Amino acid sequence: MNEIANFFQTAIRLATPTLIAGLGLVFSERAGIVNIGTEGLMLIGALTGVMGSLYTGNVWLGTLIAIAVTVLFAAVFAFFTVVVKADQTVIGTGLNLLASGLTITVNRAIFGANTSPPKIDTFRTTPIPLLSRIPLFGEMLFRHQIPIYIAFLLVPIAQFMMFRSNTGLIVRSVGENPKACDTVGIRVTGTRFLAILYSGVMAGFAGAFISMGQLSFFTEGMVAGGGFIALAAVVFGNYTPVGVMLASLVFGASNALMYRLQALATGFPSQLPLMIPYIITIVSLCFVSRKSNKPAGSAIPYIKE
Amino acid sequence: MATILEMKHITKRFGPVVANDDVSFAVEQGEVHALLGENGAGKSTLMNILFGLYEQTSGDIYYKDELINIRSPRDAIDLGIGMVHQHFMLIPAHSAIENVVLGYGGNKEVLDLKGAAKRFSEMAERYHMNIDPWEKVGKMSVGQQQRLEILKALYRDVDTLILDEPTAVLTPQEVEGLFDVIRQLIAEGKTVIFISHKLPEIMAICDRCTILRQGKVAAAGLEVKSIKNLNELAHLMVGRDVELVTAKTLSNPGEVVLNVEDLNYTNEKGVHVLKDVNFNVRSGEIVGICGVDGNGQSELVKCITGLLPITSGKIELMGKDVTGETARQILNEGIGHIPEDRQKMGMVGAMNLRENVSMVDSHKEPYSTHGFLHWKWIDQHSRDLIKKFSVKTPGVMEKAGNLSGGNQQKLVVGRELSRDVSLLVAVHPSRGLDIGATKYIQSQIVEARDKGAAVLMVSTELDEILEIPDRVLVIYGGRILACLDQCACTRSGLGLLMAGIEGEVEEDIA
Repeated sequence: MNEIANFFQTAIRLATPTLIAGLGLVFSERAGIVNIGTEGLMLIGALTGVMGSLYTGNVWLGTLIAIAVTVLFAAVFAFFTVVVKADQTVIGTGLNLLASGLTITVNRAIFGANTSPPKIDTFRTTPIPLLSRIPLFGEMLFRHQIPIYIAFLLVPIAQFMMFRSNTGLIVRSVGENPKACDTVGIRVTGTRFLAILYSGVMAGFAGAFISMGQLSFFTEGMVAGGGFIALAAVVFGNYTPVGVMLASLVFGASNALMYRLQALATGFPSQLPLMIPYIITIVSLCFVSRKSNKPAGSAIPYIKE
Repeated sequence: MATILEMKHITKRFGPVVANDDVSFAVEQGEVHALLGENGAGKSTLMNILFGLYEQTSGDIYYKDELINIRSPRDAIDLGIGMVHQHFMLIPAHSAIENVVLGYGGNKEVLDLKGAAKRFSEMAERYHMNIDPWEKVGKMSVGQQQRLEILKALYRDVDTLILDEPTAVLTPQEVEGLFDVIRQLIAEGKTVIFISHKLPEIMAICDRCTILRQGKVAAAGLEVKSIKNLNELAHLMVGRDVELVTAKTLSNPGEVVLNVEDLNYTNEKGVHVLKDVNFNVRSGEIVGICGVDGNGQSELVKCITGLLPITSGKIELMGKDVTGETARQILNEGIGHIPEDRQKMGMVGAMNLRENVSMVDSHKEPYSTHGFLHWKWIDQHSRDLIKKFSVKTPGVMEKAGNLSGGNQQKLVVGRELSRDVSLLVAVHPSRGLDIGATKYIQSQIVEARDKGAAVLMVSTELDEILEIPDRVLVIYGGRILACLDQCACTRSGLGLLMAGIEGEVEEDIA
């Protein structure tokens, strides 16, 4: 029993960065932006979070600093893709390369290459009173760090915002047919810009959680494809917040399975389960692509005549 | 009646191009005012300025006697000006009601779609329009989408409604329905600006008309009642006398060139698009296929030209079975194809005229030998073609995408006709063209027929169908509903057939 609870607890913890970043991406994707630079943004969030936590001595202040810096970089991406109307893939790739080099340089300049990392304030496990005492489920669901609770509580809010609010309708419409939005007086450029900034907030938060929730310091390239996995989760989750959550959990569970297999040392290749989510994504996309909620104007810059 | 809108001395430049040159335009409250002109005359530009999508280079706009400054559609809507665009501004993935409330100023952050749907349905009922507010727009017919666009504007309590070429996509019955709605709007004291280049419609529904020609006002505020005949209007619009009827003698059909037998086509989504289609086209005759867009005519043409694989059946060209041949093989059998979308299928906009001219036959003499192109010959051939089909262009090195729609179409038609084809497949040959260009292209098609070519023409324009073909096939739901001699065709009869109503038609024709 304990094993099962442990497994799911790990799965949820490993799903969280994907979920946080995915909840941001699902809005920018719906607005018609494919931000493959998310990987780089998360990396920047991971480093600046650690730096912030080190200097302020508080993990939450560190997270706020991470979000602020990441949003700045997201604004650069937004400027080039939405205002200058450059190709989103090119700018996103550029952002990833920039972030990769920049975080390594800054990390070495500040902390040195081979010294042991200083101790920083990190996210601590905060069991929820009473609920965490429920057998099995208490362990699985209510013995987590606060960002994990925040992430999952955000899901219904994001779902409501997306489909029941005026903002959600505007965001979804801007990605489908920006011209039509223009004719009813919606500012397409502004909407897309803000959607990218919001996804930047979430990418920064996700990065900070990786470096201060899952680990307790920054290591070079530590996001390790997490940004791309978040993008995949949005597609796999068919562009809805609830879908993103389910996709993140599938990805998290596959990761947890990999760690479990590694620990058991059965000789079974532990990397194999890691392939599962991608295989599921590819196969499911083959079947559901016609029913996909992918916005019609995805990745197409809107140029007003 | 009071003047509700006055646009004074509006000039709009796009770089060196003057789209509107000192245009003044006045509309009275409660009238249907037509804005008439050929394509490129500046009608849409003028209305887009009024609706805030463009900003005028100079000139003033007065609405309800106040000088106004419209910087965005939001400003226009707030003033009470609504516009139904030629290409609908709807989001197919969303429901009707979501499209209606999108961008609506009165929205609360938490949307009350149910309340909005109630108000919408009441309004729809008042105008005798039947639209389910919860239906996805992508599943609606074109006519329904247009009604939705009108309701979307009315939902915002507009006083003035601009309709940009509203009848281009409608069946005759739907046009009547639209006219009823316009009459009701006028009865309620609203004002309608009706953009069109179709003269009979202007005569049918409008009170006054303003005519634009090459960006300038050719006639302002003409009383439609005082206009004696259509030729007078056409003259004002084009600036010279135009034959409104394409000269054509009786056909003299020869042997069968194209024979289609029991053709069936099921698309990759499993939809049975074409059902047991049988017909033939003989040399020296024009067979017209008429129907509302999306009833299988596009697929039929693609099956015949080898662009889609047929599911079952047989296609014969001059007695030879060409079923399953590739597009290149079929072109080599002597088919000329004027495709439905000249910009996507007919030409490459980023390439110059001579490259576009040589595209179809570039692998053949005299265009090339052993894979090397003979530019000298191609240049001469292109120049001849440009001259013969009066394509307006600076030269053969001009990019095809820089030509106007009419000139692009002339280029494609010219290329196909110069290939000495035995079968010409022409899809929407005059779509988006003005009267002058339309008449020219139609006369070229008739000339090709007179030289002995078989012509298969697809069109949604009833005027064209009633005039050009010798025989008319009506397609509905992927089936050929009727095959009529041209003299047996009536506007209302074809209209009913296009809507899929078979029974009443026989009476109608009889």
